[in-house]
Amino acid sequence: MPGVDLGIWVAAIKIRIHKPESMKKYILDLTVSAIEAIHEKYVLIKLTQEAPLPPMLPGQFVEVRVDDSPSTFLRRPISINFVDESANELWLLVAAVGDGTRRLARLHVGDTVNCVLPLGNSFTLPTRADQKILLVGGGVGVAPLLYFGKKIREMGAEPTFLLGARSAHDLLLLDEFKKYGRVYVTTEDATAGEKGFVTNHSLLQNEHFDQISTCGPKPMMMAVARYAQQADIDCEVSLENKMACGLGACLCCVEKTTEGNVCVCTEGPVLNIKKLLWQV
Amino acid sequence: MASLNVKINDLSLKNPVMTASGTFGYGLEFADFVPLEEIGGIIVKGTTLHPRQGNDYPRMAETPSGILNCVGLQNKGIDYFCEHIYPQIKDINTNMIVNVSGSSPDDYAECAARIDALEGIPAIELNISCPNVKQGGMAFGVTCEGAASVVRAVRARYHKTLIVKLSPNVTSVSEIARAVEAEGADSVSLINTLMGMAIDIERRKPLLSINTGGLSGPAVKPVALRMVWQVAKAVKIPVVGLGGICTATDAIEFLMAGATAIEIGTANFIDPAVTIKVRDGINDWLDSHGCHSVQEIIGTLDA
Repeated sequence: MPGVDLGIWVAAIKIRIHKPESMKKYILDLTVSAIEAIHEKYVLIKLTQEAPLPPMLPGQFVEVRVDDSPSTFLRRPISINFVDESANELWLLVAAVGDGTRRLARLHVGDTVNCVLPLGNSFTLPTRADQKILLVGGGVGVAPLLYFGKKIREMGAEPTFLLGARSAHDLLLLDEFKKYGRVYVTTEDATAGEKGFVTNHSLLQNEHFDQISTCGPKPMMMAVARYAQQADIDCEVSLENKMACGLGACLCCVEKTTEGNVCVCTEGPVLNIKKLLWQV
Repeated sequence: MASLNVKINDLSLKNPVMTASGTFGYGLEFADFVPLEEIGGIIVKGTTLHPRQGNDYPRMAETPSGILNCVGLQNKGIDYFCEHIYPQIKDINTNMIVNVSGSSPDDYAECAARIDALEGIPAIELNISCPNVKQGGMAFGVTCEGAASVVRAVRARYHKTLIVKLSPNVTSVSEIARAVEAEGADSVSLINTLMGMAIDIERRKPLLSINTGGLSGPAVKPVALRMVWQVAKAVKIPVVGLGGICTATDAIEFLMAGATAIEIGTANFIDPAVTIKVRDGINDWLDSHGCHSVQEIIGTLDA
Protein backbone atom coordinates (compact mmCIF):
# COMPACT_ATOMS: atom_id res chain seq x y z
CA MET A 1 0.00 0.00 0.00
CA PRO A 2 2.11 2.91 -1.25
CA GLY A 3 -0.32 5.48 0.16
CA VAL A 4 0.18 4.25 3.71
CA ASP A 5 3.93 4.06 3.31
CA LEU A 6 4.04 7.61 2.05
CA GLY A 7 1.97 8.75 5.03
CA ILE A 8 4.39 7.13 7.47
CA TRP A 9 7.31 8.56 5.62
CA VAL A 10 5.88 12.09 5.74
CA ALA A 11 5.12 11.73 9.46
CA ALA A 12 8.66 10.46 10.07
CA ILE A 13 10.15 13.41 8.22
CA LYS A 14 7.97 15.83 10.17
CA ILE A 15 9.11 14.45 13.48
CA ARG A 16 12.76 14.16 12.48
CA ILE A 17 12.90 17.87 11.68
CA HIS A 18 12.64 18.47 15.41
CA LYS A 19 15.80 16.92 16.78
CA PRO A 20 15.87 17.67 20.51
CA GLU A 21 19.28 19.37 20.34
CA SER A 22 18.09 21.81 17.71
CA MET A 23 14.67 22.50 19.19
CA LYS A 24 14.29 26.04 20.41
CA LYS A 25 13.40 26.31 24.09
CA TYR A 26 10.93 28.82 25.45
CA ILE A 27 9.90 30.44 28.72
CA LEU A 28 6.14 30.68 28.44
CA ASP A 29 3.34 31.93 30.64
CA LEU A 30 0.69 29.33 29.91
CA THR A 31 -2.91 29.49 31.10
CA VAL A 32 -4.70 26.67 32.87
CA SER A 33 -7.55 25.70 30.55
CA ALA A 34 -8.71 22.73 32.63
CA ILE A 35 -7.69 21.00 35.82
CA GLU A 36 -9.05 17.57 36.67
CA ALA A 37 -8.46 15.85 39.97
CA ILE A 38 -8.08 12.17 39.08
CA HIS A 39 -8.14 11.33 42.74
CA GLU A 40 -6.65 12.79 45.91
CA LYS A 41 -3.07 12.25 44.75
CA TYR A 42 -3.13 12.87 41.01
CA VAL A 43 -4.21 15.85 38.99
CA LEU A 44 -4.31 16.46 35.25
CA ILE A 45 -3.45 20.05 34.35
CA LYS A 46 -4.19 21.27 30.84
CA LEU A 47 -2.35 24.37 29.71
CA THR A 48 -2.77 26.59 26.69
CA GLN A 49 -1.86 29.94 25.18
CA GLU A 50 -3.15 32.04 22.30
CA ALA A 51 -0.21 31.38 20.00
CA PRO A 52 0.36 27.80 18.84
CA LEU A 53 2.41 25.80 21.36
CA PRO A 54 5.97 25.05 20.23
CA PRO A 55 6.78 21.60 18.84
CA MET A 56 7.37 19.01 21.58
CA LEU A 57 8.50 15.41 21.41
CA PRO A 58 7.25 12.46 23.46
CA GLY A 59 9.55 11.90 26.42
CA GLN A 60 10.48 15.56 26.79
CA PHE A 61 9.63 17.52 29.91
CA VAL A 62 8.72 20.94 31.20
CA GLU A 63 10.29 22.87 34.10
CA VAL A 64 7.32 24.40 35.90
CA ARG A 65 7.76 27.34 38.25
CA VAL A 66 5.85 26.90 41.49
CA ASP A 67 4.59 30.21 42.84
CA ASP A 68 3.37 30.78 46.39
CA SER A 69 5.02 27.76 47.97
CA PRO A 70 7.57 29.09 50.48
CA SER A 71 9.43 25.79 50.77
CA THR A 72 9.70 25.28 47.01
CA PHE A 73 12.72 27.02 45.55
CA LEU A 74 13.35 25.19 42.29
CA ARG A 75 11.11 24.61 39.32
CA ARG A 76 9.52 21.17 39.12
CA PRO A 77 10.46 18.98 36.14
CA ILE A 78 7.25 17.37 34.85
CA SER A 79 7.04 15.09 31.86
CA ILE A 80 4.85 15.97 28.92
CA ASN A 81 1.79 13.77 29.32
CA PHE A 82 0.10 14.75 26.09
CA VAL A 83 -0.04 17.48 23.49
CA ASP A 84 -3.45 18.00 21.98
CA GLU A 85 -2.48 19.90 18.84
CA SER A 86 -6.09 20.48 17.76
CA ALA A 87 -6.96 22.15 21.09
CA ASN A 88 -3.48 23.74 21.43
CA GLU A 89 -3.21 22.11 24.85
CA LEU A 90 -0.30 20.71 26.81
CA TRP A 91 -1.23 18.15 29.47
CA LEU A 92 0.76 17.58 32.62
CA LEU A 93 -0.11 14.67 34.88
CA VAL A 94 1.07 15.59 38.34
CA ALA A 95 1.37 13.44 41.45
CA ALA A 96 0.98 15.67 44.50
CA VAL A 97 3.84 14.33 46.59
CA GLY A 98 5.46 17.42 48.09
CA ASP A 99 4.61 21.05 48.82
CA GLY A 100 5.47 22.16 45.29
CA THR A 101 3.36 19.60 43.47
CA ARG A 102 0.53 20.02 46.00
CA ARG A 103 0.54 23.72 45.14
CA LEU A 104 0.30 22.85 41.44
CA ALA A 105 -2.63 20.56 42.22
CA ARG A 106 -4.47 23.57 43.66
CA LEU A 107 -4.27 25.66 40.49
CA HIS A 108 -7.51 26.97 39.00
CA VAL A 109 -8.74 27.46 35.46
CA GLY A 110 -7.40 30.80 34.25
CA ASP A 111 -4.27 30.73 36.45
CA THR A 112 -0.92 31.38 34.81
CA VAL A 113 1.84 28.79 34.95
CA ASN A 114 5.37 29.74 33.95
CA CYS A 115 7.00 26.92 32.00
CA VAL A 116 10.41 26.35 30.41
CA LEU A 117 9.96 23.94 27.53
CA PRO A 118 10.56 21.64 25.73
CA LEU A 119 13.49 20.06 27.59
CA GLY A 120 15.39 16.80 27.23
CA ASN A 121 15.46 14.19 24.51
CA SER A 122 12.70 11.96 23.23
CA PHE A 123 11.65 8.33 23.18
CA THR A 124 12.79 6.47 20.06
CA LEU A 125 10.09 6.74 17.46
CA PRO A 126 9.36 3.81 15.13
CA THR A 127 10.89 3.75 11.69
CA ARG A 128 8.54 1.11 10.26
CA ALA A 129 4.79 0.60 10.60
CA ASP A 130 5.21 -3.09 11.51
CA GLN A 131 7.49 -2.30 14.45
CA LYS A 132 6.04 -3.62 17.70
CA ILE A 133 6.69 -1.23 20.55
CA LEU A 134 5.74 -2.01 24.13
CA LEU A 135 5.24 0.95 26.43
CA VAL A 136 5.53 -0.05 30.09
CA GLY A 137 4.44 2.42 32.76
CA GLY A 138 4.04 2.34 36.51
CA GLY A 139 2.20 4.81 38.75
CA VAL A 140 2.48 8.39 37.57
CA GLY A 141 5.29 7.17 35.29
CA VAL A 142 2.62 6.31 32.74
CA ALA A 143 2.42 10.04 31.97
CA PRO A 144 4.83 10.44 29.02
CA LEU A 145 3.66 7.18 27.41
CA LEU A 146 0.32 8.65 26.35
CA TYR A 147 1.86 11.25 24.04
CA PHE A 148 4.40 8.67 22.87
CA GLY A 149 1.57 6.25 22.06
CA LYS A 150 -0.20 8.93 20.06
CA LYS A 151 2.96 9.68 18.04
CA ILE A 152 3.55 5.98 17.36
CA ARG A 153 -0.01 5.72 16.12
CA GLU A 154 0.40 8.80 13.91
CA MET A 155 3.36 7.10 12.27
CA GLY A 156 1.24 4.12 11.33
CA ALA A 157 2.40 1.68 13.99
CA GLU A 158 0.33 0.43 16.90
CA PRO A 159 1.67 0.79 20.42
CA THR A 160 0.93 -1.73 23.15
CA PHE A 161 0.60 -0.35 26.66
CA LEU A 162 1.39 -2.36 29.77
CA LEU A 163 0.47 -0.29 32.79
CA GLY A 164 0.94 -1.20 36.42
CA ALA A 165 -0.28 0.24 39.70
CA ARG A 166 -0.85 -0.71 43.32
CA SER A 167 -4.59 -0.76 42.90
CA ALA A 168 -7.24 -0.15 40.22
CA HIS A 169 -7.71 3.26 41.78
CA ASP A 170 -4.13 4.23 40.82
CA LEU A 171 -4.41 3.31 37.14
CA LEU A 172 -4.43 6.65 35.39
CA LEU A 173 -6.04 7.80 32.13
CA LEU A 174 -6.86 4.27 30.89
CA ASP A 175 -9.54 5.55 28.54
CA GLU A 176 -7.05 7.89 26.93
CA PHE A 177 -4.50 5.11 26.42
CA LYS A 178 -7.17 2.91 24.80
CA LYS A 179 -7.58 5.49 22.02
CA TYR A 180 -4.10 4.74 20.69
CA GLY A 181 -3.40 1.05 21.27
CA ARG A 182 -4.03 -2.14 23.18
CA VAL A 183 -3.89 -1.69 26.95
CA TYR A 184 -2.90 -4.41 29.46
CA VAL A 185 -2.82 -3.73 33.18
CA THR A 186 -1.50 -5.25 36.38
CA THR A 187 -2.34 -4.33 39.96
CA GLU A 188 -0.57 -5.49 43.09
CA ASP A 189 -3.89 -6.14 44.86
CA ALA A 190 -5.64 -7.78 41.86
CA THR A 191 -8.34 -5.09 41.71
CA ALA A 192 -7.76 -4.75 37.94
CA GLY A 193 -6.01 -6.78 35.25
CA GLU A 194 -3.52 -9.42 36.22
CA LYS A 195 -2.23 -9.55 39.79
CA GLY A 196 1.38 -8.64 40.42
CA PHE A 197 3.95 -6.42 38.77
CA VAL A 198 4.15 -5.45 35.11
CA THR A 199 6.97 -7.92 34.57
CA ASN A 200 4.69 -10.77 35.73
CA HIS A 201 2.11 -10.08 32.99
CA SER A 202 1.39 -13.00 30.66
CA LEU A 203 1.70 -10.67 27.67
CA LEU A 204 5.47 -10.83 28.02
CA GLN A 205 5.39 -14.61 27.61
CA ASN A 206 2.91 -14.60 24.75
CA GLU A 207 4.15 -11.86 22.46
CA HIS A 208 7.40 -10.61 21.04
CA PHE A 209 8.22 -6.92 20.87
CA ASP A 210 10.95 -5.07 18.97
CA GLN A 211 11.36 -2.25 21.47
CA ILE A 212 10.37 -1.54 25.05
CA SER A 213 10.12 1.99 26.40
CA THR A 214 9.44 2.34 30.09
CA CYS A 215 8.81 4.99 32.71
CA GLY A 216 7.98 4.54 36.37
CA PRO A 217 9.53 3.76 39.74
CA LYS A 218 13.18 2.73 39.46
CA PRO A 219 12.67 -0.84 40.80
CA MET A 220 10.01 -1.38 38.13
CA MET A 221 12.22 -0.01 35.37
CA MET A 222 15.08 -2.19 36.55
CA ALA A 223 12.84 -5.25 36.41
CA VAL A 224 11.73 -4.29 32.91
CA ALA A 225 15.36 -3.73 31.90
CA ARG A 226 16.26 -7.18 33.24
CA TYR A 227 13.44 -8.78 31.24
CA ALA A 228 14.45 -6.88 28.09
CA GLN A 229 18.09 -7.82 28.47
CA GLN A 230 17.23 -11.52 28.89
CA ALA A 231 14.80 -11.44 25.97
CA ASP A 232 17.30 -9.44 23.87
CA ILE A 233 14.89 -6.59 23.24
CA ASP A 234 16.03 -3.02 22.75
CA CYS A 235 14.96 -1.12 25.86
CA GLU A 236 14.96 2.51 26.94
CA VAL A 237 14.01 3.99 30.30
CA SER A 238 12.94 7.48 31.30
CA LEU A 239 14.81 8.63 34.39
CA GLU A 240 13.74 11.21 36.94
CA ASN A 241 16.93 12.11 38.79
CA LYS A 242 16.69 15.16 41.04
CA MET A 243 17.23 18.17 38.88
CA ALA A 244 17.92 21.87 39.31
CA CYS A 245 18.32 23.77 36.02
CA GLY A 246 16.94 21.31 33.46
CA LEU A 247 19.33 22.83 30.90
CA GLY A 248 22.59 20.95 31.40
CA ALA A 249 24.23 23.78 33.33
CA CYS A 250 24.27 22.70 36.97
CA LEU A 251 25.36 19.06 36.53
CA CYS A 252 23.22 17.93 39.47
CA CYS A 253 21.01 15.29 37.83
CA VAL A 254 23.81 13.08 36.56
CA GLU A 255 23.52 9.36 35.89
CA LYS A 256 26.54 7.10 35.58
CA THR A 257 26.80 5.69 32.07
CA THR A 258 29.27 3.99 29.81
CA GLU A 259 30.29 7.53 28.77
CA GLY A 260 30.78 8.74 32.35
CA ASN A 261 28.41 10.99 34.29
CA VAL A 262 25.83 12.49 31.98
CA CYS A 263 23.06 15.00 32.68
CA VAL A 264 19.66 13.33 32.67
CA CYS A 265 18.11 16.68 31.71
CA THR A 266 19.96 16.95 28.40
CA GLU A 267 21.31 13.49 27.51
CA GLY A 268 18.05 12.03 28.84
CA PRO A 269 15.59 11.68 30.39
CA VAL A 270 15.33 8.75 27.98
CA LEU A 271 18.40 6.51 28.01
CA ASN A 272 18.98 3.13 26.41
CA ILE A 273 19.72 0.51 29.05
CA LYS A 274 22.89 -0.44 27.14
CA LYS A 275 24.28 2.96 28.14
CA LEU A 276 23.41 2.60 31.83
CA LEU A 277 25.56 0.95 34.47
CA TRP A 278 22.57 -0.56 36.25
CA GLN A 279 23.24 -3.97 37.74
CA VAL A 280 20.13 -5.61 36.35
CA MET B 1 19.66 55.20 29.31
CA ALA B 2 22.49 55.34 31.84
CA SER B 3 26.00 54.17 31.07
CA LEU B 4 26.45 50.71 32.53
CA ASN B 5 30.07 50.28 31.55
CA VAL B 6 32.48 49.13 34.28
CA LYS B 7 36.09 48.02 34.28
CA ILE B 8 37.92 45.25 36.13
CA ASN B 9 41.57 45.98 35.54
CA ASP B 10 41.86 46.05 31.71
CA LEU B 11 38.67 44.16 31.27
CA SER B 12 35.86 46.35 30.03
CA LEU B 13 32.35 45.15 30.78
CA LYS B 14 29.40 46.60 28.87
CA ASN B 15 27.41 46.23 32.07
CA PRO B 16 28.18 44.93 35.55
CA VAL B 17 26.13 41.74 35.21
CA MET B 18 28.04 38.50 34.82
CA THR B 19 27.06 34.87 35.26
CA ALA B 20 28.51 32.71 38.03
CA SER B 21 30.53 29.65 37.12
CA GLY B 22 28.62 26.38 37.17
CA THR B 23 25.23 28.01 36.80
CA PHE B 24 25.24 29.08 33.16
CA GLY B 25 27.06 26.25 31.40
CA TYR B 26 29.13 27.68 28.56
CA GLY B 27 26.45 30.26 27.86
CA LEU B 28 25.24 28.27 24.86
CA GLU B 29 22.73 26.41 27.04
CA PHE B 30 20.96 29.74 27.63
CA ALA B 31 21.14 31.17 24.11
CA ASP B 32 17.42 30.56 23.51
CA PHE B 33 16.52 32.71 26.51
CA VAL B 34 18.92 35.66 26.55
CA PRO B 35 21.04 37.49 23.98
CA LEU B 36 24.42 36.31 25.30
CA GLU B 37 26.29 39.30 23.89
CA GLU B 38 24.24 41.61 26.11
CA ILE B 39 25.58 40.08 29.32
CA GLY B 40 28.59 41.87 30.82
CA GLY B 41 30.58 38.66 31.19
CA ILE B 42 29.98 34.92 31.11
CA ILE B 43 32.03 32.88 33.54
CA VAL B 44 31.94 29.34 32.27
CA LYS B 45 32.10 26.04 34.12
CA GLY B 46 34.99 25.23 36.43
CA THR B 47 37.79 23.77 34.32
CA THR B 48 40.72 21.69 35.53
CA LEU B 49 43.93 20.47 33.93
CA HIS B 50 42.69 16.88 33.83
CA PRO B 51 39.13 15.61 33.31
CA ARG B 52 37.08 15.10 36.48
CA GLN B 53 34.01 12.91 36.92
CA GLY B 54 32.79 14.90 39.92
CA ASN B 55 31.05 13.40 42.92
CA ASP B 56 28.40 10.71 42.93
CA TYR B 57 24.69 11.41 42.65
CA PRO B 58 22.84 12.80 44.62
CA ARG B 59 24.57 16.12 44.22
CA MET B 60 21.81 18.54 45.06
CA ALA B 61 19.36 19.18 47.87
CA GLU B 62 16.73 21.87 47.74
CA THR B 63 16.21 24.24 50.67
CA PRO B 64 13.42 26.79 51.11
CA SER B 65 15.48 29.63 49.62
CA GLY B 66 18.43 28.06 47.92
CA ILE B 67 20.13 24.80 47.07
CA LEU B 68 22.98 22.73 48.40
CA ASN B 69 25.24 21.16 45.80
CA CYS B 70 28.26 18.89 45.80
CA VAL B 71 28.89 18.58 42.06
CA GLY B 72 32.64 18.43 42.64
CA LEU B 73 34.01 20.16 39.53
CA GLN B 74 32.85 17.66 36.93
CA ASN B 75 34.44 18.78 33.66
CA LYS B 76 36.24 17.28 30.69
CA GLY B 77 39.53 19.03 31.30
CA ILE B 78 41.42 21.84 29.59
CA ASP B 79 42.32 19.87 26.43
CA TYR B 80 38.67 19.15 25.73
CA PHE B 81 37.81 22.76 26.49
CA CYS B 82 40.39 24.12 24.06
CA GLU B 83 39.49 21.70 21.32
CA HIS B 84 35.72 21.43 21.53
CA ILE B 85 34.25 24.23 23.63
CA TYR B 86 36.46 27.21 22.86
CA PRO B 87 35.69 27.22 19.11
CA GLN B 88 31.99 27.41 19.94
CA ILE B 89 32.24 30.29 22.39
CA LYS B 90 35.17 32.41 21.25
CA ASP B 91 33.07 34.59 18.97
CA ILE B 92 30.33 35.37 21.46
CA ASN B 93 30.61 39.13 21.68
CA THR B 94 31.09 39.48 25.42
CA ASN B 95 33.77 38.65 27.97
CA MET B 96 34.02 34.87 28.05
CA ILE B 97 35.83 34.09 31.29
CA VAL B 98 36.99 30.64 32.35
CA ASN B 99 36.78 29.51 35.96
CA VAL B 100 39.92 27.52 36.76
CA SER B 101 40.40 24.98 39.50
CA GLY B 102 43.09 22.51 40.46
CA SER B 103 44.57 20.29 43.12
CA SER B 104 48.03 21.90 43.33
CA PRO B 105 49.46 25.35 42.53
CA ASP B 106 51.20 23.81 39.51
CA ASP B 107 47.91 22.39 38.25
CA TYR B 108 46.28 25.78 38.47
CA ALA B 109 49.23 27.47 36.79
CA GLU B 110 49.42 24.98 33.92
CA CYS B 111 45.69 25.24 33.26
CA ALA B 112 45.86 29.07 33.42
CA ALA B 113 48.83 29.13 31.04
CA ARG B 114 46.86 27.10 28.52
CA ILE B 115 44.03 29.61 28.70
CA ASP B 116 46.43 32.55 28.47
CA ALA B 117 47.09 31.43 24.90
CA LEU B 118 43.41 31.63 23.93
CA GLU B 119 42.77 34.97 22.31
CA GLY B 120 39.03 34.90 22.95
CA ILE B 121 39.34 34.48 26.71
CA PRO B 122 40.29 37.84 28.27
CA ALA B 123 40.25 36.75 31.92
CA ILE B 124 40.12 33.82 34.29
CA GLU B 125 38.44 33.38 37.63
CA LEU B 126 40.59 31.31 39.93
CA ASN B 127 38.48 29.01 42.08
CA ILE B 128 40.29 28.53 45.38
CA SER B 129 37.00 28.04 47.16
CA CYS B 130 35.19 24.93 45.92
CA PRO B 131 33.93 23.17 49.06
CA ASN B 132 33.20 19.89 47.28
CA VAL B 133 36.56 18.42 46.35
CA LYS B 134 38.91 16.60 48.67
CA GLN B 135 42.14 17.94 47.27
CA GLY B 136 42.66 21.53 46.29
CA GLY B 137 39.74 23.87 45.89
CA MET B 138 38.75 25.31 49.21
CA ALA B 139 41.80 23.88 50.95
CA PHE B 140 43.79 26.68 49.30
CA GLY B 141 41.21 29.34 49.89
CA VAL B 142 40.91 29.09 53.66
CA THR B 143 44.41 30.20 54.59
CA CYS B 144 46.33 33.28 53.48
CA GLU B 145 49.39 31.16 52.68
CA GLY B 146 47.42 28.63 50.63
CA ALA B 147 45.60 31.34 48.68
CA ALA B 148 48.81 33.26 48.09
CA SER B 149 50.66 30.15 46.86
CA VAL B 150 48.10 29.47 44.14
CA VAL B 151 47.89 33.08 43.01
CA ARG B 152 51.69 33.39 42.94
CA ALA B 153 52.02 30.28 40.76
CA VAL B 154 49.29 31.40 38.39
CA ARG B 155 50.41 35.03 38.20
CA ALA B 156 53.82 33.90 36.97
CA ARG B 157 52.22 32.22 33.95
CA TYR B 158 49.01 34.15 33.33
CA HIS B 159 49.18 37.67 31.96
CA LYS B 160 45.60 38.75 31.46
CA THR B 161 42.97 39.75 34.00
CA LEU B 162 43.08 37.46 37.01
CA ILE B 163 40.03 37.32 39.27
CA VAL B 164 40.29 35.18 42.42
CA LYS B 165 37.09 33.65 43.79
CA LEU B 166 37.03 33.59 47.57
CA SER B 167 35.45 31.24 50.04
CA PRO B 168 33.10 32.50 52.75
CA ASN B 169 34.04 29.53 54.93
CA VAL B 170 36.81 31.45 56.70
CA THR B 171 37.28 33.57 59.79
CA SER B 172 38.36 36.69 57.94
CA VAL B 173 37.69 36.92 54.24
CA SER B 174 39.34 40.37 54.17
CA GLU B 175 42.69 38.87 55.16
CA ILE B 176 42.50 36.30 52.36
CA ALA B 177 41.54 39.06 49.95
CA ARG B 178 44.56 41.13 50.97
CA ALA B 179 46.82 38.09 50.62
CA VAL B 180 45.77 37.47 47.01
CA GLU B 181 45.92 41.18 46.20
CA ALA B 182 49.53 41.19 47.41
CA GLU B 183 50.33 38.36 44.97
CA GLY B 184 49.04 40.30 42.00
CA ALA B 185 45.38 39.34 41.67
CA ASP B 186 43.55 41.93 39.58
CA SER B 187 40.22 41.40 41.29
CA VAL B 188 38.48 39.22 43.84
CA SER B 189 35.02 37.71 43.46
CA LEU B 190 32.96 36.56 46.42
CA ILE B 191 31.29 34.57 47.77
CA ASN B 192 31.56 30.96 46.72
CA THR B 193 29.02 28.68 48.43
CA LEU B 194 28.64 28.33 52.18
CA MET B 195 29.22 24.83 53.53
CA GLY B 196 25.98 23.20 54.60
CA MET B 197 24.15 19.92 54.99
CA ALA B 198 20.69 18.35 54.76
CA ILE B 199 19.39 15.08 56.19
CA ASP B 200 16.75 12.53 55.21
CA ILE B 201 15.32 11.75 58.64
CA GLU B 202 13.59 8.52 57.56
CA ARG B 203 16.82 6.99 56.31
CA ARG B 204 19.00 8.84 58.84
CA LYS B 205 21.29 9.69 55.99
CA PRO B 206 22.65 12.89 54.48
CA LEU B 207 20.85 13.98 51.31
CA LEU B 208 24.15 14.59 49.52
CA SER B 209 26.53 11.84 48.41
CA ILE B 210 29.54 13.37 50.18
CA ASN B 211 27.48 14.41 53.23
CA THR B 212 28.07 18.14 52.93
CA GLY B 213 27.70 20.64 50.13
CA GLY B 214 27.72 24.30 49.27
CA LEU B 215 24.67 26.48 49.88
CA SER B 216 23.74 29.06 47.26
CA GLY B 217 20.70 31.14 46.43
CA PRO B 218 18.82 33.92 48.25
CA ALA B 219 19.57 32.29 51.61
CA VAL B 220 23.22 33.39 51.42
CA LYS B 221 22.69 36.92 50.13
CA PRO B 222 22.97 38.81 53.44
CA VAL B 223 26.18 36.95 54.29
CA ALA B 224 27.62 37.65 50.85
CA LEU B 225 26.69 41.31 51.02
CA ARG B 226 28.36 41.73 54.39
CA MET B 227 31.55 40.07 53.12
CA VAL B 228 31.62 42.11 49.91
CA TRP B 229 31.25 45.29 51.96
CA GLN B 230 34.11 44.27 54.25
CA VAL B 231 36.43 43.19 51.43
CA ALA B 232 35.73 46.30 49.35
CA LYS B 233 37.01 48.37 52.25
CA ALA B 234 40.05 46.12 52.73
CA VAL B 235 41.48 46.00 49.19
CA LYS B 236 42.22 48.45 46.37
CA ILE B 237 41.48 46.03 43.52
CA PRO B 238 37.91 45.79 42.14
CA VAL B 239 35.54 43.42 43.90
CA VAL B 240 32.99 41.26 42.10
CA GLY B 241 29.99 40.46 44.28
CA LEU B 242 27.90 37.32 44.13
CA GLY B 243 25.72 35.24 46.39
CA GLY B 244 21.95 34.94 46.01
CA ILE B 245 21.44 37.82 43.59
CA CYS B 246 18.04 37.42 41.93
CA THR B 247 16.86 40.95 41.20
CA ALA B 248 18.16 44.38 40.21
CA THR B 249 17.60 45.51 43.80
CA ASP B 250 19.90 42.73 45.02
CA ALA B 251 22.50 43.74 42.43
CA ILE B 252 22.33 47.43 43.37
CA GLU B 253 22.84 46.51 47.03
CA PHE B 254 26.11 44.78 46.10
CA LEU B 255 27.20 47.70 43.92
CA MET B 256 26.52 50.18 46.70
CA ALA B 257 28.39 47.93 49.14
CA GLY B 258 31.44 48.31 46.92
CA ALA B 259 31.22 45.70 44.17
CA THR B 260 32.31 46.91 40.72
CA ALA B 261 30.41 44.07 39.05
CA ILE B 262 28.15 41.23 40.15
CA GLU B 263 27.56 37.61 39.19
CA ILE B 264 24.21 35.88 39.00
CA GLY B 265 24.27 32.19 39.84
CA THR B 266 21.52 30.01 41.22
CA ALA B 267 18.81 32.44 40.04
CA ASN B 268 19.55 31.27 36.47
CA PHE B 269 17.97 27.94 37.40
CA ILE B 270 14.67 29.55 38.33
CA ASP B 271 14.57 32.14 35.56
CA PRO B 272 16.91 31.44 32.65
CA ALA B 273 16.39 35.05 31.47
CA VAL B 274 17.17 36.68 34.82
CA THR B 275 20.52 38.21 33.74
CA ILE B 276 18.99 40.57 31.22
CA LYS B 277 16.15 41.46 33.60
CA VAL B 278 18.71 42.44 36.25
CA ARG B 279 20.65 44.51 33.73
CA ASP B 280 17.49 46.30 32.63
CA GLY B 281 16.44 46.80 36.24
CA ILE B 282 19.75 48.42 37.14
CA ASN B 283 19.40 50.75 34.17
CA ASP B 284 15.81 51.65 35.12
CA TRP B 285 16.83 52.41 38.68
CA LEU B 286 19.69 54.62 37.52
CA ASP B 287 17.40 56.46 35.11
CA SER B 288 14.72 57.01 37.70
CA HIS B 289 17.28 58.34 40.17
CA GLY B 290 18.90 60.74 37.73
CA CYS B 291 22.17 58.79 37.54
CA HIS B 292 24.01 58.96 34.24
CA SER B 293 26.36 56.10 35.03
CA VAL B 294 26.47 53.02 37.19
CA GLN B 295 29.79 54.38 38.48
CA GLU B 296 27.76 56.91 40.47
CA ILE B 297 26.49 54.22 42.83
CA ILE B 298 29.45 51.85 43.22
CA GLY B 299 30.74 51.92 46.79
CA THR B 300 28.47 54.79 47.78
CA LEU B 301 26.94 53.13 50.79
CA ASP B 302 26.32 55.65 53.55
CA ALA B 303 27.56 53.66 56.52
